Formats: sequence, structure tokens, C-alpha cells
Amino acid sequence: MSAPAAHFETPQNRREAAELGIWVFLATELMFFGPLFLAYAAARLSYPEGFAEASRHTDVVIGTANTAVLLTSSLFMALASRSAQLGRRRAASLLLFITALLGTAFLVLKAMEYFDEWQQHLVPWLDFRFEPGLAHPASLFYLLYFAMTGLHAIHLTIGIVLVLVFAWRLRSHSPASMRLQIENGGLYWHFVDAMWVFLYPLLYLVERA
Amino acid sequence: MSAEPSRAFHPESYLHGGDTFVSWLTTRDHKRIALLYMISITGFFFLGGAAATIIRLELLTPNADLVDADTYNELFTAHGIIMVWFFLIPSIPATLGNFLIPLMIGAREVAFPRLNLASWYLYTLGGLFVLGTLIAGGVDTGWTFYAPLSTLFSHSHVELAVAGVFIVGFSSILTGLNFIVTVHRLRAPGMTWFRLPLFVWANYATSIILVLATPVLAMTLLLIVFERVTGIGVFDPALGGDPLLFQHLFWFYSHPAVYIMVLPAMGVASEIIPCFARKPIFGYRTMAYAILGIGMIGFLVWGHHMFVSGQSMYASVVFSLLSFLVAIPSAIKVFNWTATLYKGSILFASPMLYALGFVGLFTIGGLTGLFLAATALDVHLTDTYFVIAHFHYIMVGGTVMAYLGGLHFWWPKIVGRVYPETWARIAAITIFVGFNLTFFPQYLLGVLGMPRRYHVYAPEYQLLNEFSSTGAGILAVGYLLPLIYLIWAMLRGAQAPDNPWQATGLEWQTPSPPPQENFEETPRVSGEPYAYETPERNA
Amino acid sequence: MTMQAEWPLQSASSIGPSVDALFMCLLGITALVAVAVASLVVIFAVRYRHGAKVDRSNPPVKMRWIEIAWTATPLAIFLGLFAWSSILFAEFYRPPANAMRVHILAKQWMWKVEHENGRREIDELHVPLGQPVELIMTSQDVIHSFFVPAFRTKQDVLPGRYTSLWFTATQLGRFNLFCAEYCGTDHANMHGSVVVLQPAEFAQWLAAGPATEALVARGFEIYRSAGCSGCHEPASTVHAPGLAGLARRLVHFSDGRQVVADETYLRDSILLPDKDVVAGFAPVMPSYQGQLDEEQLSALIAYIVSRETQP
Repeated sequence: MSAPAAHFETPQNRREAAELGIWVFLATELMFFGPLFLAYAAARLSYPEGFAEASRHTDVVIGTANTAVLLTSSLFMALASRSAQLGRRRAASLLLFITALLGTAFLVLKAMEYFDEWQQHLVPWLDFRFEPGLAHPASLFYLLYFAMTGLHAIHLTIGIVLVLVFAWRLRSHSPASMRLQIENGGLYWHFVDAMWVFLYPLLYLVERA
Repeated sequence: MSAEPSRAFHPESYLHGGDTFVSWLTTRDHKRIALLYMISITGFFFLGGAAATIIRLELLTPNADLVDADTYNELFTAHGIIMVWFFLIPSIPATLGNFLIPLMIGAREVAFPRLNLASWYLYTLGGLFVLGTLIAGGVDTGWTFYAPLSTLFSHSHVELAVAGVFIVGFSSILTGLNFIVTVHRLRAPGMTWFRLPLFVWANYATSIILVLATPVLAMTLLLIVFERVTGIGVFDPALGGDPLLFQHLFWFYSHPAVYIMVLPAMGVASEIIPCFARKPIFGYRTMAYAILGIGMIGFLVWGHHMFVSGQSMYASVVFSLLSFLVAIPSAIKVFNWTATLYKGSILFASPMLYALGFVGLFTIGGLTGLFLAATALDVHLTDTYFVIAHFHYIMVGGTVMAYLGGLHFWWPKIVGRVYPETWARIAAITIFVGFNLTFFPQYLLGVLGMPRRYHVYAPEYQLLNEFSSTGAGILAVGYLLPLIYLIWAMLRGAQAPDNPWQATGLEWQTPSPPPQENFEETPRVSGEPYAYETPERNA
Repeated sequence: MTMQAEWPLQSASSIGPSVDALFMCLLGITALVAVAVASLVVIFAVRYRHGAKVDRSNPPVKMRWIEIAWTATPLAIFLGLFAWSSILFAEFYRPPANAMRVHILAKQWMWKVEHENGRREIDELHVPLGQPVELIMTSQDVIHSFFVPAFRTKQDVLPGRYTSLWFTATQLGRFNLFCAEYCGTDHANMHGSVVVLQPAEFAQWLAAGPATEALVARGFEIYRSAGCSGCHEPASTVHAPGLAGLARRLVHFSDGRQVVADETYLRDSILLPDKDVVAGFAPVMPSYQGQLDEEQLSALIAYIVSRETQP
């Protein structure tokens, strides 16, 4: 078996390649979410009333709290990146851990929200019940709601695992050697965060009085 | 891969050093991964070809003699899915592109070798799903998966087939991501953007399309599965959805996908033609800009698949204009290839025959595309055999011809052996004749109004269908020939020189087959590409 | 399977000759280009073959003016073709005002036709010679496509909305009707024919045969029985938009948008009353989704359209 060649001329070269790689990956990710946003726009245009009413049934308290949690996590992620750059091992490790903790808090809150929605018969394929006239558009709204937030949650879970791996590896690796991974992981984390910033108003704040 | 005595000249060849099955399946060498891809896509090509053969046999007569309606529908769906996603899209990029891009830019590897291997495994996994679909009984929605037929009405194995396409999409994305970063970051010193071979330019533009368009298809197919599983959906009007939304999303991917298939073919032709004309390519920069132009405008023309779908008239008119515009860079390329021949010193080696065949067939395919870009004509021609003929001229006449040309051009480099030239010329001519006999009558069938996806048809269409089926037989023989003699060459062919065609390009400056690390030392580039000298200048 | 129709080499509709003229023009241009490129390739290949003794001095590697010329020339030709084609295409969307309306309901795998007087047929469409005909089409299941090669016209037929297509037949006879959009198992057998008769013959045909109640009359029945009249009659106490003269009129919505009231708009208003609320009215109308089948909807809409002139 041919050993992986040392095909990068310099560490700088390797860093630039990884950085470009992650940006291309994020472009792919953005396009991946695209059809969901388009479907949402098309459906909402057809059923403005239904979407407004369905949106009023979402839990805006948890939604707003989660937005705050996730934005805060992004701050800690940015601080972790900075600490890694400055070579502060303990600080970087701790900040990554807090980031993961906030991410997990988001998922726990989200799970509670899903559970409530299940109990209120708002899961489209599990005994869905809604006001008679609007059941149809509301089921569409909730299909997209679960698809979008579910996809987001999967992304966030991957992010949490990544961040925890970084925190773990910082125990045995120098911050300098981990800097590239942490920076690129951070870009991913901010992307996942930014997706939520779009989802939150679209799902929770449709004509909410 | 047992070592032959002749290999002793290149003990460090990438084919050596780990001859076990496992070493191949865990390789991160872009050249070995290219070969893994080549074996896989060849298998799928002949599988898709088998489906096409049964289709053409059935269409010999107007009645359903050979297969029934459902079987026929499953056959053309399988043919489409396999040929589009498991042959054409990976064809040139994943095989020749994987093998050659690092060599052409003077790099030792692609940027992310492990992702490259992962890409092949994803391809294989997706392929297993599609094989599973076929074994389970097939899928009958057409490769286009139009809703609501695919969501509520089809009782075939839509989920399984969609899973296969979904997974193979990620293999495309990984290949595209790898190429973009490789071309940006791993060019050898002196290899500036405008010294890149056009093959690299073409694969670069292709990669951008792969990365930006494929995820849209993936999510769209996921929505189809949601709709089938939950009975709630965004596409079926009976559920409150919009079937045109599906078509927009599907063609937003699938039209650029046409350029994924044909841009690399243009790249191959742009390597072969200057080499055998012994002359630099005409208008190198224009050619590079044309590639980028096609890649970009290609994203804005998807609505020309929907002129009669019920989309707004104004949308159709705008898409029509953009479709005419995207034809211009393609026209420029054809003119520039032709001009490259002027005052050259032309050798008719087999790769050149394939490349010239490509130019001719692509020109016909492109020109007939104008009929379909013109809204008022498309109304009559769309969904008829005219469309079938048009895209087969582009994808089979164009892409497959160029792929074979590329295989013949670089085969001595890839396996280090020479193939029998006479057989290669016979095959090139057989394929060209068989292809035209198969698909030219289909233009006429389309003009006469024969709709596509019909297993029984009005008797007045029979004569032309007989011509087409006869041509398909010749074409099948033409495709089997290279399979036989290229494999024979790999095992028994004479030792190939490092640069059998006296071609320029960095890939020819390394031994055949190349060593594991591609180059002994990183090459430095100081001149323009295609620096061919015409001999007998003033003879 | 037998179809007596001829090859549709000659068009048989009023737009046919214009479409064919554009086709022949484009065929001429593309054939010229194809022959020119092929000739040049062959001439260069022979003249400059390896070993031939010819003048190869100063081979051009780039020539700006010639590249500009062969970019600008196709561009000009393409723009001309685009303009010609688009003007013709716009014709397809402008049915003459005196067009005779026929309702088409497509389903797997047949074409159901209903004339205004209630005469129905399956997989056949009888029309009079020289009379513009507008087809109001919808599907009850998947997407189909109404394609008459001899008329050079085609239109997808979608579930959940109406699409329309018009033609004026210019030749007597029987012409192939195909489904052009793949629609499942028996797609290839979803064919029929369009029969063009002399106007007098057509009138006879229309009057004879088993007719159901006229479409508009059936629509009026539904209008009363489904409860539409309870709110939409001028005398009603409920504040609902009047329907007289509504069809083809510009309607303004509460969110500022406006649309011409065509069949698809009327259909949406019945099935999805919340989608487009008319300015000045409250969104109080219940949805009729699932309560009317496609044929009842067609009749109801035909009735509403017929009220163009009634008070």
C-alpha cells in the first residue's frame, strides 16, 4: 500500500488547502438547505393563513431561548479559536468544552420541544390534529419544521462531536498543531449557528402577535 | 497485478508496491482510485447498455412483443439512472480526471486523498443500492422522478433507487471538492492559471457545478422520500403541494449536470486535437473563458425543460434567451477546434479519430439544441424522440466518444502498455457509424411526433425505429471492441514509451506507468501549454 | 394498435405553417453550419495531413478579430431567432375571443372530453374546421401532456390546476393525439384522436348522441347544492365577492397583488380560499377541498365563467 505522500510542499500550503476545503464544503451545505427554504417559501405563499396559525403553535419561549444559547455558543467557539491561536491550551480546552455544553443544551431543549409537539399532535405523520380548516397547510408547515430543525440538529450533533474531539486531543497535542482543525471546526460551528438564525424567524415568528 | 518482467524498468510504478486486494481497496493513491473508478463505471456502462439493448430490441416492432409495459418502463428508468449517475457523471472526472489532474499540474496527490477514496466507496454503496433496486424488481418513474407520479402513484422501489442516487451524489461532491482545492492549492511552481491544460480547466468548472448543484438534487430527492413515507408533501397537489416546484428543483441540478457530463469531454478533445495536429490550441484563453462561461450560464437555463409544463410564459421566454446564449461558448469551442487543424500536421492516430468524431457529433447535438431553445419549436419537439436524439448526441456522441478518445490517448500512460492501433481505428469508425445510424433516425421520429417512453407506437414510425435498432447493434459491437483490446493491452501489450505521442504536458514527462509519487522532483513550469512545433514548416 | 393517421408532415392547424417556417429556417441555418464545420474539418484534415507538402508558414495561434467575428455572428443570429420564436410563442397564449371551449380531464390512462353542451367522449375529440378551440385541461392523478403532432402543439396537463391550449384546425380528418408526459404503466397506450369535421357536420354530431346535462346547468346545480349561492348571491347577508362578470377580470387582493381571474384562480379560490383573499373581504370562506370531484369542479367553474354577461 502506498503511504499517503507528503504532497503539501509547506505547512502554509496545507493550511490554505484545508481552509479552502471547508469553505467549499460550506457552500455545498448551503445549497443542501436550499430546496427546503424554497419549498417553505412556495408553501407559505400558497397558505399564508395556515402558516401563520401553525407557527403560533410552536414554542416561541424555547425557540428564543435556544437562539440565545446557540449564539452564545458561537461566541465561546470564537474565543476557543483565539485561545488556540495564542497557544493557551487550558483555556482553549475549557472554551471548547463550554461550546459543546451549550450545543448539548440546545439539543436537550429541542428534544423537549419535540416531545411537547408530539403530545399536542403536531407531528404530521403521528396522529396529526389541527383546527379543521387549516389542518392541511399546518401539516405542511410541520413537515418542513421537522425536516429543517431535524437537519439542523443532525448538523449540530456532528459539530458537538467534533468540538469534543478537539477538546480531547488538546490534552496530548499542542494548541499550535490543533489550531487549523479548531479554526475550521469553528467555521462549521458558525455555519450551523447561522442556519438557525434563518430558521428561527421563519418557523417561530410568522405573524406572531 | 502480477509483476511482468518488463516492469523492471519502472520498479517504483504505482501499480507496484502492494499487489494485494486489500492494498488496492485501502489505497489513497489518486491513480489507483482512478482505476477502481474505471472498473466500477465500466461495469455500470455495460449494465446500462444491456438495458438499452433490450429497449432497442423491443422497439423493432410497434407492438409489445418482448417485454410488457411495466418491464419496459423499468428498463428505461434503469438505463437513465445508471447511465446518468453511475456512468456519465463520474466517467471522465473520476477516472481520467482523478488520474491526470495531479500529474498535469505537477502535484504528487489530490488535496484530500482519504476523501478521494471515500468518494469511491460512496459510489460503490450507491451502486449497490441501485443493483438492489433492480434485484428487488426495479423502479418505473423514469430517471426524472417527476412528482406526483414518483410520490403517490408509483408502487415500485422508489425509495431504494432514490437512496442510491442520494448516496452517489455525495461521492460527486467529494470529487468536486477535492479537484477545486487541488487546482487552487497544489499547482507546481510556475503553473499559473493560464498555463493549465484545458482538461484541468474543464474539470475545475465541472467541480464547481458538482459542488453547488448536487446538494440541491440530494435534498429534493429526500423530499420525495418524505412525501412517500409520511403522505404529507410539498410536491403533490392532492396534498397541497406544487409539482412544478419539483421540476424547478430537479432541473436546477439536472441541467447543470449536462455540463458536468460534457465539459470534461471538451477538455479531453482540447488535449488530443493539438497533440495530433502538432500545433498549439487555437485561442487558448478564449477556450478557458468559454468553459467558465458555460459553467456559469449553465446554472440559469434549467427552465427550458419546462416550456410546456405550465410555468409562466414570461419565465419561458427568459429561459429561452439564456439557452440561446449558453450555445455561444459551445459554438466558439467548435470553431476553435476546427481552426486548430488549420496549417497543422495532422496524424490520424486512434485518439484523434475519436476526438474528431466527438467534434462532429457534439456539433450536431449542439445545433439541434437550438431547436429546443426556441420556445415555439420546443412545444412541438419536447418529450419526443427529438429530445432523446439531441441529448444522446451530446452525451453519447459527445461524452462517451471523448471518454474513449481519452482512454486511448492516455492508456499507454495509465497501464504502461500499447494497444493494437488497427483495432482501435476499426472500433472508432464502427462506433461513429453505429452511433449515427442509431440516433439520427430518432431526430426524424421526433419531428414526426413520436413521444418518448413509449413501448408500443403507431405503425408509421416502424421503419425509422428499425434503422435505429440496427444501428444500436453495430454500436454495441463497437463498444465491446475497446473493452477487449484495452484489457488485452493491459495484460499482454508491448511496453509503452514514456511519451508515445510526443505530447506536451507534465503527465508525459514522468515514466509510463507513473511512479507512486508521480514525479521524482516537483516540476517547474516555465512555458505556455500546448507548445507543439509544427514540423516541415515550409515544406 | 391501429391508428389510421398520416405522418404529420403537413401541419393541420392555423399556427402550423408559422411553426414550420421557423423550423425550416433554423434547419437551413444549422445545416449550413454543420456542413461548413464538417467540410473545414475534412479539408484541413486532408490538406494538412502529416507528410503532405503544403505551406504551413505562420500558423495562427490566436486571432482576435476572427474570434470576435464568430462570437458576434452567432449572437446576432440567435437574438433574431429568439425574437421570432418568442413572438410566435406568445401567440400560443392568446386564444381568439370567439374560441369554443372544451373541457379535458386526463387520468391514468385516458382522455375524458366534455363539450359545453354536455356531450362527452373518451379518447376522441371532435372539433369543427376553421373554428378556434380552447381546451381547459386538468388531471385527476399525475402529470399528462396533450400532444397533437399535426397541430404542432402540446401542453402539460397537471393535477390541481388548469392549463389551456388553443388551436384552429385547418384540415379535415383524423389526427393522432398522444400523451407526451410519462404517466406510468400504460403511458404509451394513452392515445386517441382529434377528429376535424365540417362545421355543419360537427353541429350535427354535437347535437346527436347521448348528452348529459349541459356543463353550465350542472355547474348551477352544484352552485346551489354546495352552498355557494348562500354567500355569493347579491341578496346574501354574508359579505362575499359577487361572481357575475368575474371571469377574465383583474382581481385585487388584500395584500396588494392582483391577478386575472382565470380557471386556475377560480379553482384555487374554491379549494384554497385563504390563498388569495380579495381586497375588502374577510377570509371567512371554508375550503371545498375533498368535497367536489374534478368533474364537479369543472362544471362549477364553467358555470361561474358563464356568468360573464349575466347580472
